[in-house]
Parts: sequence; structure tokens; C-alpha cells
Amino acid sequence: MEQQIQKTCLHDRHVAMGALMSPFAGFDMPIQYKGITEEHNAVRQHVGVFDVSHMGEVRVTGPDAYKFVSHIFVNDVTGAPDGQIFYGMMCYENGGTVDDLLVYKVKDDEYFLVINASNIDKDVAWIKKNADGFNVKIEDQSPYYGEVAVQGPEAEDAVERLLGIPVKNIAFYNFVTLPMSGEDIIVSRTGYTGEDGFEIYGSHDFIRNVWDKLIKGGVEPCGLGCRDTLRFEVGLPLYGDELTEDISPIEASLSMFVKLDKPEFIGKEALSAQKAEGVTRRIVGLELEGNAIPRHGYPVEVNGEQIGEITTGYRSISTGKSVAMAMIKKPFDKLGTEVEVRIRKKTFPAKVVKKRFYDKNYKK
Amino acid sequence: MSKVIEGLRYAESHEWVKVEGDVALVGISDYAQHALGDIVYVDMPEVGDEVTAGEDFGAVESVKAASDLFSPVSGEVVEINEELEDSPEKINEDAYSTWIMKVKMSNPAEVDALLDAAAYEKLCENE
Repeated sequence: MEQQIQKTCLHDRHVAMGALMSPFAGFDMPIQYKGITEEHNAVRQHVGVFDVSHMGEVRVTGPDAYKFVSHIFVNDVTGAPDGQIFYGMMCYENGGTVDDLLVYKVKDDEYFLVINASNIDKDVAWIKKNADGFNVKIEDQSPYYGEVAVQGPEAEDAVERLLGIPVKNIAFYNFVTLPMSGEDIIVSRTGYTGEDGFEIYGSHDFIRNVWDKLIKGGVEPCGLGCRDTLRFEVGLPLYGDELTEDISPIEASLSMFVKLDKPEFIGKEALSAQKAEGVTRRIVGLELEGNAIPRHGYPVEVNGEQIGEITTGYRSISTGKSVAMAMIKKPFDKLGTEVEVRIRKKTFPAKVVKKRFYDKNYKK
Repeated sequence: MSKVIEGLRYAESHEWVKVEGDVALVGISDYAQHALGDIVYVDMPEVGDEVTAGEDFGAVESVKAASDLFSPVSGEVVEINEELEDSPEKINEDAYSTWIMKVKMSNPAEVDALLDAAAYEKLCENE
């Protein structure tokens, strides 16, 4: 069944501003306004705003909320104060990844899950299916919430000055729920760019108003094009590239978010075995010699034999280097290993490096 | 509105050709550079390579994606625009004065099969 393409609450703004629009995760989304490079640099140097209303939101409430979130989430929310946020994954029994997500702890019996747009239906079905026997209520609130991400070193100033939302005292990976314009909005110090910044969730009307004020105040409108180049440069994964149902968080080199000492969670057995026995392949960084640009799916070779493939690659806008994340067979994942990337008809020498091509500038 | 220049011939895959004797200068159209966005790399053939009309001879890459280049004519590559190695953005700045390769044509009649400016303009309008 062909699903109709969806529009976010800011769609008319994007079209009116002449953004280049393209379907992404079932939504007609802005890829760029002025250009990816300019928008990318605005976020690294000043402040930009992204429409991320396509993201999904799921609220889990009830007496078993903690127990249930612990069951489906690989990170450990035990003992967290209200207002803390965790990054992590939901995994299948075999360790493959259902999705990566943020878990907002509202209170002991309430958690707010932010999931990828491309996975909303799949995730909601998975969450509900695994809730049998838990006393929880699960609400898909994705249709209600609009969301913008305000990112960059000047984000705090922009949100305080242009929106009048007090955010100075929100710590990194924390959030507040605030009554504004007759509704409860959510503001967190989070993002997907490696810069300081905030994500704001509210009704469609509220988010439209926020967008208009930020644009009027001179904040750069940013499309999904630079969202990807920004997250890539600081080594953050994208579901579909570095994480899939066939790629576990251990293979994605994200084991720091998998808390194997937790008593129980879906996928624990498989992930523990991967950790103990070691995985056969792993996501690493690659730096190419020269100017050719590695792209998703290009083969990585050693002595003419394929030993992996590119998951994301770009000419890094911030550093000018041709770099990539790649899924590489062991033992070729070791730092400094020399490999070749096949780009069309030629191969180009590359070296395994850390998958952080640009340093994060979080305000912690 | 993208620019189309009289006197050049165009391929449906958005390359242009300028004929100088038996040599063809090949570039991409203003429409193509605009659709691609910021060009950050041009994968060019080498001097001496044989290219065939309708077959790929390289690629132009924007930040986001790589697009194959298709040769509008057949022949031998006699020169490539080395300036593009360091300044691929020249194509964004002026697509029609920035040629990518020069081809010594083996079959100059192939040019006649390409679109003229009016026909190419129509093609872009319909895309």
C-alpha cells in the first residue's frame, strides 16, 4: 500500500522560503535553503534551526514504566533524576538494532521516547508488542508534537533572547517541561550536530510560532542536508547507515551505551556474547588520500578483496578532508590499517582513523 | 531560471558541447550545476582516454551526492580542465565557460544528434 507523503507543521514555511524539498522518511522535508555548506558553517560558527517535526514521540506511563523502559532499552536509566535524558538503542533478541533513540525521564512512572521518523510505525509496534505483562500505557504522540532543533554556539542566546525561554540552567542531556502559551512544552539541551543546542517540542501552533521568531531574529534555517554532514563529522550514527536491524550497537562501535550489567533487557544475551567473544566486523573511521569522495555502499578493499563498505562518507565541510564511516571486517579495523576504497572505476588509498573527524563543542 | 546558451549543443543528460574544429569542449549545463548544488569534486578522465557517446566518463560531486557524467561525443580525451582539481566550484560560478574535458572527435556527426538551445530549454522546463 502506497502511503501518502506527510508534511510537517512547518512545511508551508519551507516552501515559501524556496527550500529544496525532498521526501525523507515519508515526509516532504527541506534538504537545503541556501546551500549545505553555508548552513553547515552557520551551525558550527553561529546558530541554525532545523525542522525536526518528523521525529516520533512515544510516551510511556504507568506503575511499570521504569521496568518496561529498562526492558526495551539497552542503556540504564536506573537512579536517574527527573529531567535526565539517555541516548541508546532498542535491540532485537539477536542484537540487531530496532532503532536508536533518546529516553527522557519525566518521573518514575513516566518516560518520553524520541524515535527516528523512518521507524515510527515499526518502533510503536515493537514497543506495544513487548509491553505484554507490564502495567504501562503507551501513547504515540508523534502526530501531536512539532519539534525544532536550535543548534550552534549561539543557540543559548537565540533561545533566551528570541523566544524568551529560560535555558541557561539546563545541563547537557537534561530537559525541562515548561508551561507556555497555555500548553506544556519540552526543552532539552540535546542535538545531532556536535554543537551546543536545544530541541524544543510543542504543539504545531507553538512550533510554527517558535520557527517564525527564530527566522525573524536571524537564525539560519537549516535543512536535512547539513544535519547529516554535521552529525557525520562528529561520528554520530544514522539509523539506516551505521545502525540497522542487521547491525548491533556493539558492531556500530557504540558499546558505551549498552549496559550489559543490567539484570535484563531484550537482546542482552546476544550483545553479551558479542562483547565477550568479539564481533567479526565493526564501524570505523576512514580518511582518504586525495579528493575523491567515498559514498554509502562503496566497497572497501585490501589487496583487491572486499573487506567492508562505506556507511557514510563526505568531503568534510569543516576540515576539507575526504572521510567516511565504514563497516570493516576484523582485523582490518585497527587504527592505521591501510585499505583502499573503490570509487567508480578506480581505488583510492585510505587509512583507518577514529570516527570523530571534528571535535564536539558541547556545553557540559 | 537556468541559463541556456545559443550555439552550444546539449545532451539530455545535461552536458553541453562546444565544437572547435574537430575538438569538442564538454561541460555541464547551468541547469545541472543548479540542481547539484555546491560542487566539491570533479572526477575527470585522463588525457588519452577513449570516451564513447552516451557512456560515462567521470562524475561531478556535490556535498550530498555523486552524479555520473556522460560523454555527448566519442573520441580521445586531449585535455582536461586541471583548474577543476582545486576549484570545482568554478562550475557553479559559470557552467558554460568552465569546460571539463576536450575530446578529439572520432565521429563529429554525433553532434548533430544533440539538442540545440531551444530544444534543451524545453527539456529543462519539463523536468
